[in-house]
Amino acid sequence: MKILVCISKTPDTTAKIAFTENNTAFSGDGVQWIINPYDEWYALVKAIELKEKDPTVTIHLVTVGLADADPIIRKALALGGDEAIRINVEKGDSYYTAVQLAEIAKSGYDLILTGKETIDYNNAAVGGMLAELLDAPYIALATSLQVDGSTLTLQREIEGGEETVEVTLPAVVSCQKGMAEARIPNMRGIMAARSKPLKVVEPIPATPLTQVAQYALPLVKAGVQLVSSENPEELVRILHEEAKII
Amino acid sequence: MSVLIYIEHAGGTFKKTTAEVLSYGAVLAEKMGTEAIGLLLGDTQEDISQLGKYGVKKIYQVKDAGLQQADNQSVTKVIADAIAQLKAEVVVFSNTITTKAIAPRLSAKLKAGLVAGAIAIPDVSNGFTVKKNVFSGKAFADVTINTDIKIITLNANAFTTIVGIGEAEIIPLTVTITASKIKVTGVQKIEDDISLADADIVVSGGRGLKGPENWALVEDLAKLLGAATACSRPVADAHWRPHHEHVGQTGVAIAPNLYIAIGISGAIQHLAGVNRSKVIVVINKDPEAPFFKAADYGIVGDAFEVMPKIIEAVRKLKN
Repeated sequence: MKILVCISKTPDTTAKIAFTENNTAFSGDGVQWIINPYDEWYALVKAIELKEKDPTVTIHLVTVGLADADPIIRKALALGGDEAIRINVEKGDSYYTAVQLAEIAKSGYDLILTGKETIDYNNAAVGGMLAELLDAPYIALATSLQVDGSTLTLQREIEGGEETVEVTLPAVVSCQKGMAEARIPNMRGIMAARSKPLKVVEPIPATPLTQVAQYALPLVKAGVQLVSSENPEELVRILHEEAKII
Repeated sequence: MSVLIYIEHAGGTFKKTTAEVLSYGAVLAEKMGTEAIGLLLGDTQEDISQLGKYGVKKIYQVKDAGLQQADNQSVTKVIADAIAQLKAEVVVFSNTITTKAIAPRLSAKLKAGLVAGAIAIPDVSNGFTVKKNVFSGKAFADVTINTDIKIITLNANAFTTIVGIGEAEIIPLTVTITASKIKVTGVQKIEDDISLADADIVVSGGRGLKGPENWALVEDLAKLLGAATACSRPVADAHWRPHHEHVGQTGVAIAPNLYIAIGISGAIQHLAGVNRSKVIVVINKDPEAPFFKAADYGIVGDAFEVMPKIIEAVRKLKN
């Protein structure tokens, strides 16, 4: 079985968010970049678990990004995976990114894994778009996955609960909490990652369907209004009479 | 030309988000000088025509036994077919677990630009620009859709329902339904009174509550307020509470009108899931808890002393 894991480079969860060029571009100044947590903790680690159970599994990682994404993909390779592909262009909107990933994905992968969303643009859209471009079934928000031959059995989140589903490969799966436990790369993995192939390919022509016109930061909160712990009933009065929310 | 609103229903009943998305679509259609129409797949127990009070006067209904097993791939084809038949220019969904799989597929299928998680009516004065949250609630982006057909998913609690009068006309619609590739073999429902994702008020507990035996402090308040209950990650990881209650970056992201956090310090990963709440109340005995910086109201105090008094005050208020 050949697995393709889609990896995105995102600002660290704790990064300070700022914009440049008249609030039309994200400012990467001083930002620490990470593998999008859902891609790393759930999609990639799940693929590694499958390979540990069945050594004939091949894992390829793919990312859309310029050379500054290389450290991220090397870090991912240090966790596991056989080789990586970087599509040499800045990630565009979800559609543009999905078109680039689809070009790689259609070259014979059985299972394509993504995180449930990226923590930068929060669209949760690339997986579904990729599935449509590949005319493949899409299991979104999966919390567990088992492979038996060419059949996948998955748990996925639905409105008000979970359901168990079966699907025949090839399929696209977006992964979330429950799928796998986060891991930390060990020294052996880090050394091995240095010599794993990282292939750079050029993008195919595609037009984004959307563009960000402007960014804005939320208004700074006025500051917390504290109520004395001696008189907590006052909080209830404020929420009822002033905030009018209860 | 029209604004097509996808009317989602859970096993035949409508949710609060249904009213929100219908109101949103109706306001948008009026702004664009066009008509708002609804699309409903399957049968419902509830009366469909009463949805007309949210401003949508025509609802197209697809009834077909094949819909029962339809996966996101076949539903996408159905919606694409409806869009073509009804000449829709804008398609609006509620941003839910189900539409997170459908809307992106539809976007790729029609090469129609998607804004997922809209929080306001689009600006149509110059192009078509939609506001959404980015960077996990730490910023906003105005996103322009450049294509003829536009797709929007609307976040829960982002748009206030507008209730008017009138009934909707129900019009049957025939579309082709293809076989599903995904087979559902089991369903595990969560028996919650109020769904976390679209609750108006959420009461949430953290490690400060010391153990699951103390959760009456959260549950009693939630019950009085008609609120959903939630928890922080350490609480879910310790199995004090079920995982589906975990709000935060790796759990559920919510945006209620009121979020009450009891004994939660407010780590940045937790804030990423709740920072879109309109009003945040924090009760924590540590005055240095980072959550106070993100809060609107707070009490620095011991939850075990403060909460019974708050619960009693709310009980009096509600009587």
